[in-house]
Amino acid sequence: MHLAYPAVLAALLFCTGIYGVLARRNAILVLMSVELMLNAVNLNLVAFDVWLRDTLHAGQALTLFTITIAAAEIGLGLAIVLLVYRNRGSSDIDRLTALADPAGPGTGGPADPGAGADQDEPGATAGDEKAEATA
Amino acid sequence: MTLTALAALVPLLPFLGAAAGLLLGRTAPGFVRPLAVLPTAACLVVAAVVAARQGTGAPTDAAHRLATTGSVPIDLSLHLDGFSVLIAVLVGLVATCVQVYSLSYLRDDPRYPSYAALVSLFTAAMLLVVYTGDLMVLLVGWEVMGICSYFLVGHYWETETARAASIKAFLVTKLGDVPFLIGVFALASDAGTFRINGILAAAGEGRLHHPTVIALLLLAGVAGKSAQFPLHTWLPDAMAGPTPVSALIHAATMVAAGIYLVARLLPVFTASAAALAVLAAMAAVTMIGSGLAALAQDDIKRVLAYSTMGQLGYMAGALAVGDRDAAVFHLLSHGAFKALLFLGAGVVIHAAGTNSLTAMSRMGGMGRRIPDALWTMGLALAALAALPPLSGFFSKESVLRAAEHASAGHTAHVPSAVGWTVLVAGLAAAVLTGAYATRLFLLAFRGSGPEVPDHGRQPATMTTVLWVLALPTVAFGGLAYRELPDWFGGTGHDGLGPVLLTSILGTGLAVVGVLAAYGAWQGTAAIRRAAPFGAVVAEPADAEPALVEAEAMATHEAVYGDIASAEDPGDPGRLLLGPLHRPAAHGFHLDAVYSVVFVRPVLAAASLVRFLDRDVVETYVKAAGGTPGLLGAAVRKAQTGNVQTYLGALLAGAVVLAVLVAVGT
Amino acid sequence: MNPGIALAATAHHPGFLSPTGVEITFVLVGLATLGAALLTVTTRQLVHAALWLVVALGGLAVEYLLLTAEFIAWVQVLIYVGSVVVLLLFGLMLTRAPIGRSPDADSGNRWVALGVAGAAAVTLVWVVVDAFRATWINLHGAVQGTSRATGTSLFRHWVLPFEALSVLLLAALVGAIVLSRRDDGGRGSE
Repeated sequence: MHLAYPAVLAALLFCTGIYGVLARRNAILVLMSVELMLNAVNLNLVAFDVWLRDTLHAGQALTLFTITIAAAEIGLGLAIVLLVYRNRGSSDIDRLTALADPAGPGTGGPADPGAGADQDEPGATAGDEKAEATA
Repeated sequence: MTLTALAALVPLLPFLGAAAGLLLGRTAPGFVRPLAVLPTAACLVVAAVVAARQGTGAPTDAAHRLATTGSVPIDLSLHLDGFSVLIAVLVGLVATCVQVYSLSYLRDDPRYPSYAALVSLFTAAMLLVVYTGDLMVLLVGWEVMGICSYFLVGHYWETETARAASIKAFLVTKLGDVPFLIGVFALASDAGTFRINGILAAAGEGRLHHPTVIALLLLAGVAGKSAQFPLHTWLPDAMAGPTPVSALIHAATMVAAGIYLVARLLPVFTASAAALAVLAAMAAVTMIGSGLAALAQDDIKRVLAYSTMGQLGYMAGALAVGDRDAAVFHLLSHGAFKALLFLGAGVVIHAAGTNSLTAMSRMGGMGRRIPDALWTMGLALAALAALPPLSGFFSKESVLRAAEHASAGHTAHVPSAVGWTVLVAGLAAAVLTGAYATRLFLLAFRGSGPEVPDHGRQPATMTTVLWVLALPTVAFGGLAYRELPDWFGGTGHDGLGPVLLTSILGTGLAVVGVLAAYGAWQGTAAIRRAAPFGAVVAEPADAEPALVEAEAMATHEAVYGDIASAEDPGDPGRLLLGPLHRPAAHGFHLDAVYSVVFVRPVLAAASLVRFLDRDVVETYVKAAGGTPGLLGAAVRKAQTGNVQTYLGALLAGAVVLAVLVAVGT
Repeated sequence: MNPGIALAATAHHPGFLSPTGVEITFVLVGLATLGAALLTVTTRQLVHAALWLVVALGGLAVEYLLLTAEFIAWVQVLIYVGSVVVLLLFGLMLTRAPIGRSPDADSGNRWVALGVAGAAAVTLVWVVVDAFRATWINLHGAVQGTSRATGTSLFRHWVLPFEALSVLLLAALVGAIVLSRRDDGGRGSE
């Protein structure tokens, strides 16, 4: 079998994953896209292992490890997403803008992105109340 | 002790007193008064001993070089001759009198410790100037005096007048000191030494390459220090200081420093006829202008300030005609009677509660209240007007005689025109001196009107000092004129005694001035009675004299509309001066001229600099700060906080890099 | 195998115009997998995304089988399809993901994402095809990915990483517990 088939398939899957990571709003969908990217890498590992006929089976062993790590990652990732959802009432990635530089006094204009962060605060408190109600 | 050690002690004693006074002023108030008076008095005694031991002998020189200072060495050197020892005695005497007088005059002043220490420091500086034989050391004393004068004039710094006056005194004298410093350096580089003896030797051998430039530069400093036209404007305003300060600094000592310097360096000046002509012109303008101004002043101390300028003009005139004996003779006698006049004026102001002659002329019985001041000031004013046989007569006569001698062309190096200038101006000033001395006496002591409120007897320390100073006022001239030429080294002159022609001319003109003023006073008596005028500072009888004076000065402008003059139709000076009165009262508006010529351009330049700094330089600074700020704001817009945006940019960059690598290889 | 054999195999590969049966199967399954993946990242129904992910991961397991890596294929089915997707579905439910079409499933920068992903895809495919268009995998001979071979190499050569991985899993377990534990005392004091 041509090596180009699995290699091209892996590349396209990987790019699909990139698109999902960058474009999806829900954090869990982002995690799914991450899984796609990991699987693309796995496919590459297996294909090259088979092509090279590696006596150590390094590609397959690494694939197993990647799968394990992916499982661990998905567990931790989901825990984090749940925690964020519990604290902020939302798991939308583009609303978690705590990394933004808040508008400085006087230098930032009204169109400053920090304003978005400010608007985020009432939503967070509302989310808290929602979480309390859920509990 | 050797003579040199004793002489070194003279400036050292008041200096130590000043240092101790400044250090102990707060912690041990009880020691302040002894520390103020005793070192000064001891210094007077030592100075007298030095004078007695130096006597008419050859000049004593001692020098000690602390460190080598390059091409032109600077020495700590002493030069004792007749001039210096006698002036030192005068300085010691006046300083002691002033310190004793201040005990009462400033008895309740909270700043008395620093005041007394500054007076002591000032005394030390003046004695240093007098005794030193090195121009650099002289310059140190010269500048220390300047800064002490600044502090002492501004003693009542709570008042706007005193602050302005102290800054003005400092700036105007500094205006002269800068050329003076350049002149000293030029002189030393020409002569190769800062030692006065070396400089005089160089001048005698004609080794000075630029005598006119040097002399004119030095004259600028002298004009500033000795209040000669055109740098005299600070002296009348400096009367904002306490009266003892005026007596010490602005009558007897500091203003005499300039005259003393020219006297010491006279060969440098006689090397240039132009410098002598400038000095003579300065002296003549000062003599006549100050006489006219003194006749128009209302503040008793400003009258005395202008008379000081006039008498300094006489000294400068004597130097211009190349006779330093006469100049120093007049300096000595004038120092005594002018100190007496100022201290007496302090007593008068205390008794009358005002410093305005207009107000005093509406008061009766001033003479009965303060008989000590009446008699001593009468004597001193007579000496000021140069009436025989008081000491002022002999000293002024010696000046006039030297001028007459020069006008006849008998004095070497001195053009006869210079002699004529000084002679004519001196004679004209004699009339004016007689007139304003008489006016001052009559207005202050022979006023009519309500009785002066009784403030009790003046303190003994103040009146005793007056009588102590009255002694040299009366006797010094007559006793000394035969001896002084020997003390002054006998420069081939035929004595300082009076001669018939100038005696008759001088005395006659002074009497003319006196009679004119008396006549005018009589003529305006009716007007004075008709126009009651007066603002007396109501002070409790036991108020500190300095406080009365400060209040009088502070209220003068409010009451009479001007710091210097009063709108009094009954003023004999107004009758005598006629249309000249108004300009004379304002010092011929020289301050206004200076304000237009110097102050406004400087202020304009300052505002230009301020504009350049605030609006031009600041713009660059703001731009330098603002551009990164704007860049930062632009970059901040990228910080959306959206992780996906960050990651997208990261991956895009990775792709670009990968493409570059792939294409590149 | 040493590269010499691989290169020898490369020398006489059949070319793309005469595909073998395995290749046809691989391409068809690969197209299905890619389609499922694309649906996963584009569908507006969140639960459907998870289900399409199952299809994509299952397709990948078939691809592993076609590449003779049978153990990996079963592990893929067990772990991914069996547990990871289930976990993801649980996560969707716990975060109250809307069932049915949600119009805001994609965030604002989807066009940027599309550009980046497209550029990356073009670059990667170009590079990969350029590098491996003449490379042939010899699927005949000894099967590379039997459970026996994999187990032997794993427990002979990869024991230490394997054990380290168990520690990693333990740490992830503890971390997940700590993260998702509801700290009532801490919240009460806020």
